[in-house]
Amino acid sequence: MSEDTMYFFWDLGQYLINGLTQGSIYALIALGYTMVYGIIKLINFAHGEFYMIGGFIGYYCIMGGMPLYMAFPVAMLGSGVVAVIVEKIVYRPIRSAGRIPALITALGTSLFFQYTGQLIIGADSKAFPTAIEQKMWFFGEIMISNIQVIILVTTFILMIFLWWLVNRTRIGKAMKATSYNHDAAELMGIDTNKIISFTFFVGASMAGAAGVLVGMYYSTVEPMMGLIPGLKAFIAAVLGGIGIIPGAVIGGLTLGVAENLVVGFWESTYRDGIAFLILILILLVKPAGILGKNRKEKV
Amino acid sequence: MLELLLHLTILSGINIILAVSLNLINGICGQFSLGHAGFWAVGAYSAAAFTVYAQLPVPPEVNLIIGCFIGFIAASIAGLIIGVPCLRLRGDYLAIATLGFGEIIRIIIMNTDSIGGPRGFSGIPKISNFFWVYLFVAITIIIIANIMRGTHGRAIISIREDEIAADSMGIYTFKYKTMAFVIGAGFAGTAGSLYAHYTQFLHPNGFTFMMSVIILLMVILGGLGSITGSIVGAIILTLLPEVLRLMGETISEWRMVIYSVLLITLMLLRPGGIFGKHEFNPLKFFKKKGEVA
Repeated sequence: MSEDTMYFFWDLGQYLINGLTQGSIYALIALGYTMVYGIIKLINFAHGEFYMIGGFIGYYCIMGGMPLYMAFPVAMLGSGVVAVIVEKIVYRPIRSAGRIPALITALGTSLFFQYTGQLIIGADSKAFPTAIEQKMWFFGEIMISNIQVIILVTTFILMIFLWWLVNRTRIGKAMKATSYNHDAAELMGIDTNKIISFTFFVGASMAGAAGVLVGMYYSTVEPMMGLIPGLKAFIAAVLGGIGIIPGAVIGGLTLGVAENLVVGFWESTYRDGIAFLILILILLVKPAGILGKNRKEKV
Repeated sequence: MLELLLHLTILSGINIILAVSLNLINGICGQFSLGHAGFWAVGAYSAAAFTVYAQLPVPPEVNLIIGCFIGFIAASIAGLIIGVPCLRLRGDYLAIATLGFGEIIRIIIMNTDSIGGPRGFSGIPKISNFFWVYLFVAITIIIIANIMRGTHGRAIISIREDEIAADSMGIYTFKYKTMAFVIGAGFAGTAGSLYAHYTQFLHPNGFTFMMSVIILLMVILGGLGSITGSIVGAIILTLLPEVLRLMGETISEWRMVIYSVLLITLMLLRPGGIFGKHEFNPLKFFKKKGEVA
């Protein structure tokens, strides 16, 4: 093998690692999107903002001297609670009005958090405090930092936890029942309002965790940080098949890797474009997503 | 003060064209599009490129008309390219796909060096003024109002009311959806051309997703499906930032927060907007009683 091809493979490996890290963050956000969509058929535009809120709670906790292992659950809890409040005040009254009014409301909520954040916290990006010392490991020419490892491991643990929650517990069963058929679930004695609130809580706390991880990875947080990752996580959810939990993970990882390959081998300015291109292609070729099944539309 | 008033009137005119054309897609046809700023950008940039690089040796006004025409054609072609694949999708999926296309258009502009790229496109001659803007406002309103009242318009409205029912009544829904989408995009392109020749400077960041949301807010505030409503909504949202500025610096900073709260409360309390689906037709006053307007 010539030296050029060797370098090509080292580069490829590096971009794959970076892509997987980035992708697992998208996957964490996408999980919340997919769960909320699965249960009330709402594209929760404000989901990216829960991620931003998580990042900021983490920022203030660590600035206040809290160790990372404490700040992390606090951030998850915090963004979960914000999501539950938003659901109660804004989404619950609009739920019966149809999908488009709900979508517009979600859009409004997202803008509300972005701009309120900008005014209260300031539009400039804040340097995320170094909670842990960064270490680098080298495998040949491939470089992996301990933060990347933490991100991958945390994502993995959270996903296993979510899988367990949905498939092995009573509340998971209730969530599934509510998403299959709202009315029937209610007739079976399930308090669907509580289940929907809980879904929002779990989804948003996943996003909050992603916020802290991103703060550590890029070492900055800012009020507008939720916009683009939020949209991309939605794309990841659609790519994997919206409403399907493993789909969100597959979609997120695919998107992260695709993006990093574009940055590496083409031009970094097209980074945001590729995500939307993937979205449009998947919507045209297989609108139900990679894992989704086609459903006939009924009158 | 007078100059500011004139400036606001002209901006209102451009926003009226944008809102009325988005209303054709979102309100009258019921296809939820979130990429209107993209079509606006296509029109603005193509018309500006025409007057900067390929100006004809005729009076500037003629060049402006040709520019508006080019803007219309370019944006409708963009609308056709985007509409044909996307209009197979429904509801929220369509919203996201159009949002994606709007962003892609912006990213392409950002990466095209001959029209300024990230530096912005400057040196566009200032041709459009009050007269030209309102001439095109009138043209837009008349054309869209007439489309709405004719055969095609009835077909388009039936798609909004119930797409499957319209389909089974023998209406070729795909054709009419594409038609509404292409015409709406085209008028947004015209608005872009007028805008480019008024501000003389274009920057890709002026055509973000945020701008699409503001146009959407104009339509929703006025009432989805009502042309009168879109006009009123466009005027209100053009004047609102200025009024807020008069009320003090701090309130002006909260502009976007106020917009978002407005959007949410509108949806919660009065989802129909100001006018609902009603129209206010000034011609009615000139007709005799009993005659149908």
